[in-house]
Amino acid sequence: MSEANSTFVQFRGVSLHLTDGRPIVSDLTFDILDSEILVLLGRSGSGKTTTLKLINRLFLPTDGDVIVEGTSTRLWDPAILRRRIGYVIQEIGLFPHFTVERNVALVPELEGWDEARRRRRAHELLDMVGLDPAAFADRHPSQLSGGQRQRVGIARALAADPPLLLLDEPFGALDPLTRIELQRELRDLQSRLKKTMVFVTHDVREGLFLASRVALFQRGRMEFIGTPAEFVRSESPEAREFVRVIREDEDRRLESSE
Amino acid sequence: MSFVDFLVSNRAEFASLTFEHLLLVGASSGIAILIGVPLGILLTRRPRLGPPVLGLANIFQTIPSLALFGLLIPIPFIGGIGARTAIVALVLYALLPIIRNTHAGIQGVDPAVREAGRGMGMTDRQLLFMVEVPLAFGVILAGIRVAIVIGVGVATIAAAIGAGGLGEFIFRGVAMVDDTLILAGAVPAALMALAADFLLGRLERRFAPGDARTAEVRAV
Repeated sequence: MSEANSTFVQFRGVSLHLTDGRPIVSDLTFDILDSEILVLLGRSGSGKTTTLKLINRLFLPTDGDVIVEGTSTRLWDPAILRRRIGYVIQEIGLFPHFTVERNVALVPELEGWDEARRRRRAHELLDMVGLDPAAFADRHPSQLSGGQRQRVGIARALAADPPLLLLDEPFGALDPLTRIELQRELRDLQSRLKKTMVFVTHDVREGLFLASRVALFQRGRMEFIGTPAEFVRSESPEAREFVRVIREDEDRRLESSE
Repeated sequence: MSFVDFLVSNRAEFASLTFEHLLLVGASSGIAILIGVPLGILLTRRPRLGPPVLGLANIFQTIPSLALFGLLIPIPFIGGIGARTAIVALVLYALLPIIRNTHAGIQGVDPAVREAGRGMGMTDRQLLFMVEVPLAFGVILAGIRVAIVIGVGVATIAAAIGAGGLGEFIFRGVAMVDDTLILAGAVPAALMALAADFLLGRLERRFAPGDARTAEVRAV
């Protein structure tokens, strides 16, 4: 009972294999704690995005179970499960033929909210992500900058007030300044809303900045899970590789400032 | 006597042949849309059906139209002399562009948009009707336009199997070696094709893929 309250998602011996038997992820067992930002860190192809998609049942495990709110994803109706989980992807994927307002209020629309309530909610969320509803609600995605689009993407993921948010390299395609701005805002948003977030990135700086805990992936396995402080001190060779990247960056900065 | 004078003095027959022609094209295009659009959508859901279905539609397209009309005559139920057989043949011709464009239009929807839709909890049906079909609409409409323009031309041959239409004038003109009669059938048919092309082209631009259209509307 109390365990179900403190862990929204549990991975229990989860593996996913291709039809030819090659593993994508192997033997994942961990919990996602309530109101944490769990960062899934790793190189390309290490299995972090696959792990994310196992949570909202875009993939089903070959072995083991992903348990969301006490029920295995095998038993969840996929559409109902996904409406309870916000989803943000790098390509954003706004619907180009919908206005910003309708994009944001999509899950409420699927859930059958009436129009006035949907509109109120959309405007509230646009405010929350720093876009003036009066200026942006009636625009189409093509009329927004990349940063504004991803703000809409995040507002859309929050629309039905889901307890869990999945973010798959959401800031990967943004320019460095917008990226840092959105990282800060996401952290503020999380501390205000207390949502549980799972955030995929290959950028170790971004990961350490956002994370309550870091989970490090290598070749489909979880090498390490722990707080950023533990990560920096970790003996795991792959973790040390990532930490070295930050150190080298800093060394270079010191040299150039001399 | 010019073909215009001929049409004016034979306006009753001209009107009824034009009406028949429109009926042949309208009925066959309507049926082809009702079959072709769902079939094109099905192909996006069952990719394995793609090659055989598109291949078959392709074969119909390559049969010379006069031969196709002739080949259909002896077939029970759908064959025989008259409009019914002609409509069947015209449907077979119209299917390929409609199926192909429906399929291509939906396949062409940005995969990120589709993934976002699924990830947010759209059912397959919601994804189809709220996202894929609206975004593919311009491309589907382009296929329908091509089918109709082809249909207007091919329908002139329907007169050969007694289905009427503007082809009556053309065949009569060929038999009597009378250019005026040939033009009296050919020119109105060509104008009909151009008009269909123009009107559907305008409609298509209104549903241009993506949202370039809305940006334009806003700029005005």
